[in-house]
Amino acid sequence: MIELRDVSKVYQIGEERVRALDHASLHVRPHEFVSVIGPSGSGKSTLMNIIGCLDTADAGEYLLDGTPIEAYTENELARVRNIKIGFVFQSFNLISKLSAEENVELPLIYQGVRTSERRERVRQALAKVGLEHRSKHLPTELSGGQQQRVAIARALVTRPSLILADEPTGNLDSHTGGEIMDMFAELHEQGNTIVLITHDNDIARRAKRVVHILDGRLTEVTL
Amino acid sequence: MSTPLYAALSRPGPASFFNFTFLPKYATYFVNGVLNTLLLSIFSVLLAVIPALLLALMRLSKNRLIRGISGAYIAVFRSTPMLVQLSIIYFGLFNAIKIPNIVIFGFLRLNQFIPFVVALSLNSSAYVAEIFRAGILAVDSGQMEAARSLGLSQWQGMRLIVLPQAIKNILPALANEVVTMVKESSICSSYGCMELMWAAKTTAGATMISLGPYVLIAAIYFAINYPASKAIEAVERRMRRGDKQ
Repeated sequence: MIELRDVSKVYQIGEERVRALDHASLHVRPHEFVSVIGPSGSGKSTLMNIIGCLDTADAGEYLLDGTPIEAYTENELARVRNIKIGFVFQSFNLISKLSAEENVELPLIYQGVRTSERRERVRQALAKVGLEHRSKHLPTELSGGQQQRVAIARALVTRPSLILADEPTGNLDSHTGGEIMDMFAELHEQGNTIVLITHDNDIARRAKRVVHILDGRLTEVTL
Repeated sequence: MSTPLYAALSRPGPASFFNFTFLPKYATYFVNGVLNTLLLSIFSVLLAVIPALLLALMRLSKNRLIRGISGAYIAVFRSTPMLVQLSIIYFGLFNAIKIPNIVIFGFLRLNQFIPFVVALSLNSSAYVAEIFRAGILAVDSGQMEAARSLGLSQWQGMRLIVLPQAIKNILPALANEVVTMVKESSICSSYGCMELMWAAKTTAGATMISLGPYVLIAAIYFAINYPASKAIEAVERRMRRGDKQ
C-alpha cells in the first residue's frame, strides 16, 4: 500500500537547512488504520505532503500501491492524488464559493465521471456522513463539525485507496472531534486504509497502530 | 453677465485665479485633452494587466531566478521617477521604432499616443503586479492545498480556484490604479502628448494667462477622480458585505 524507504527531505529556510525527514521508513498495509504522532516541527506535515504526493522526497524511495512515484511529473502526481488519495485537512479547506454537494462533486468532475453517476455518488457520500439534508448549503453556513464531514465526504467520494487526514480534529471542540473520530473508526471498519496525523495522544490512540515522529525520524510505539 | 463681480474675476491679468477668457478659443484643446487623458490611463492599466499577472506569478514562483527577474523589474520601475522612465522609453525605444503619424477618431494622434501608453503601462505593470500578488496571497492557502489534493496541478489550482477568488481583492485596487494613472499621465505633456496638462500648458503659453488654465484642469481632474474613487469605495463596501452573508 504505502512503502517509504529511507526517505529524506531537506528544506532551505533562509540560511538554515532543516532536515524535515531523516531516513524515514514506513510500511502501511491495506485496511490498516495508522496514526502518526509528533509535536509541531517534527516533520509531520512533510511526511503528510510526501505520502499525499503533494511533494516529492530528496532521497529514498516511495512506493504507492507498488508504483514508485518519484519519477512522476506534476501533472501525473495530480492524477495520482485525484484517484488514489482522499485528503482531510485541519482547516477543512472547502472551496468557499461552492455548496456542500458541489465541493463533494469536484474531484469527480476532474476524473471525468458522468453527470448522472456523479449525482448518485455525491448523494451517497453525503448520506454516509449524515449531511444529505444540508447539501445545498455553503461552507460558511455550516458548523465546523459539519464542514469537516463535508470534507470527509469529498475525500470518500472518489473511493480512494488511502484516506490521509492531517489533524482532522484540530479546529473542533472535543465533543465534535470525538464524533469525527468515530466516523474514521467506522470508515476503517468498512475496509478503508487510513493514515491520520496528529499531535494529540488521545486521538492517536484511536488507531490500531501508532507511529511516533521526532526530528524527521519514525519509530513504532505501543500506547 | 456684465455684473461687476464677473468683470473683476475675468479681468485679463496674468495671475487672475478665475480668468477663463481663453475658453471660447481653446475649448477644443481641453475637450481633446480629457479624451486623451482618459484613453491614456485606461489603456495603460488594461495593457498592464497581462504582464502584471505574469510578474506576480513569477514573484510567487519557487524558482529563485524567476522570482529574481520579476523582483528586479518591479524594483527598477518603482524606484526610479516616472519622468526618467518616460524619457528613456521615448528617446530610446521609440527612437528605434517609429510610429506613423496617423490621427484616429479625429483627436488621437498615434505617434503622440502609443509611446506614452507603452511607457505608462510598463510602469503600471510593476504596481499592478504588486496588487495581483497581494490579491493572490490574500486567498487562504488552504484553497490551493485543497485544489492540489483534489487532483489539480499547481497551475490548474491557481487558474481555477485561487485566481477567481483573488479577483475580488484585485478589482477595486485595479480601478484605483486607473485613478492614479489619470493623474500620473500628466507627465506625458512633457513630450507633447496632447492630454489635459498639455492643453493647459499650451493655452497658458499662447494666451499669457498663466493661472486660469491650470485651475481649470485641476477642476477637471478632480471632477473625474473624486466621483470615480467614491464609486470604487461603494462597490468595495458592497462586495465586502456580500462576503459575510
